[in-house]
Amino acid sequence: MTDTKFSKDHEWVRLEGGIATIGITDHAQNALGDVVFVDLPEIGREVAVGEAIAVVESVKAASDVYAPLAGRVVEVNSALVDNPGLINSEPTAEGWFFRIEPNGPLPDDLMDENDYAAFVETL
Amino acid sequence: MVPFAGYSMPVQYPAGIMAEHLHTRAAAGLFDVSHMGQAELVGEGAAAALERLTPADVQGLKPGRQRYGVLLNEQGGIIDDFMFANMGDRLFLVVNASRKHVDLPLIESVLPSGVTLRPLPDRALLALQGPGAVAALATILPDLAALKFMGVWEGQGMIISRSGYTGEDGVEISVPAELAENFARTLLALPGVMPAGLGARDSLRLEAGLCLYGNDIDETTSPVEANLVWSIGKRRRMEWNFVGAETIRGQLDHGVSRLRVGIQPQGRQPARGHTVIQAGGLDIGEITSGGFGPSVNAPVAMGYVAREHAADGSPLELLVRGKGLSAHVAPLPFHPHRYAR
Repeated sequence: MTDTKFSKDHEWVRLEGGIATIGITDHAQNALGDVVFVDLPEIGREVAVGEAIAVVESVKAASDVYAPLAGRVVEVNSALVDNPGLINSEPTAEGWFFRIEPNGPLPDDLMDENDYAAFVETL
Repeated sequence: MVPFAGYSMPVQYPAGIMAEHLHTRAAAGLFDVSHMGQAELVGEGAAAALERLTPADVQGLKPGRQRYGVLLNEQGGIIDDFMFANMGDRLFLVVNASRKHVDLPLIESVLPSGVTLRPLPDRALLALQGPGAVAALATILPDLAALKFMGVWEGQGMIISRSGYTGEDGVEISVPAELAENFARTLLALPGVMPAGLGARDSLRLEAGLCLYGNDIDETTSPVEANLVWSIGKRRRMEWNFVGAETIRGQLDHGVSRLRVGIQPQGRQPARGHTVIQAGGLDIGEITSGGFGPSVNAPVAMGYVAREHAADGSPLELLVRGKGLSAHVAPLPFHPHRYAR
């Protein structure tokens, strides 16, 4: 098992073999409702912390997805294009968005699972 | 829950917008639309007085029937859109929540002596919509089965019209507020009925090509531009005796520079309200309502485009998040109406 970290923008980050896999949390997908479309970043794009790099559209609204860490996009989950509902059904597994090769240590304001759960409680 | 026109309203229930929308098209959805303004207009000459403010044919409406109309300002802009019903001894009005504070004083201001406007703030409004709605309701109110589209029934303190805002068969039920919760629970217990929120109401009406006041129509849009000419009575188009008539007459004679149309974006990405519409690199309009249509299973939108780009099939480019998204003008409704005519 690897550690999963969480951002205040409701993304989860899982670092494995030097590559971070990123998706949105169950709380986020629940707030968005039925996802109907995602716009994923280009592979190879260099991204900064907090940069809006993907869009997720639900029946309700459009939301940005931010890079929770700096680095280079190395992979995107193209299964989401045809089946965006994966974001609702498996937000922290098959519903991942993109993978980033970090260009430094993870930002230290990322939360662990308990802290994120406490953060969500305050909303 | 979200704030809406001063009310706290549910966007969705636990099933979610998609399920509520699809269930309403397949069976029946129950919407609490008690935020809508209700009023009655009583007294000799009530219909004629209302005709001062609307180009709809109010005087020609038969008892037991309901009709759609718009209230106009001096420039022919739409102050509100509303439903009115002839209850025999009075007119029953339903106006938008966000406009009732404007509409009711306006109507009041044109009334001759002997005609009275009575706001009905103590009445709730429940919309039961979908192909199974009337059959379900008829199990407790058998009279309703025979009611036709835009017919109105009154009894047991309720006013029920066979109409709605989803493009489906169904009813809107005006009920005294103190009975509303119980009655809503009774309706929810009927077979096939599921609660549905504002989100599904919006996606249903958008697929049905129906205007949302404040988005698709407002005081700067005329019924001619909004493609609501059908709501102008034939007789009214000979009399021209309503506020704003001069502008409307000119627009009907000479055409308008922009028109409300259906817009079908290509692919899966929705284009929301305020999206700029281009053709040939030039701005030619703006989307006023847009989202994902669960029954169409594609994004759907409507908006105003320059008249020369308003024909069905006209290619458009939508500026969504800085990128051009291909689209075309599409006939409304996106999903066929299924009214009990």
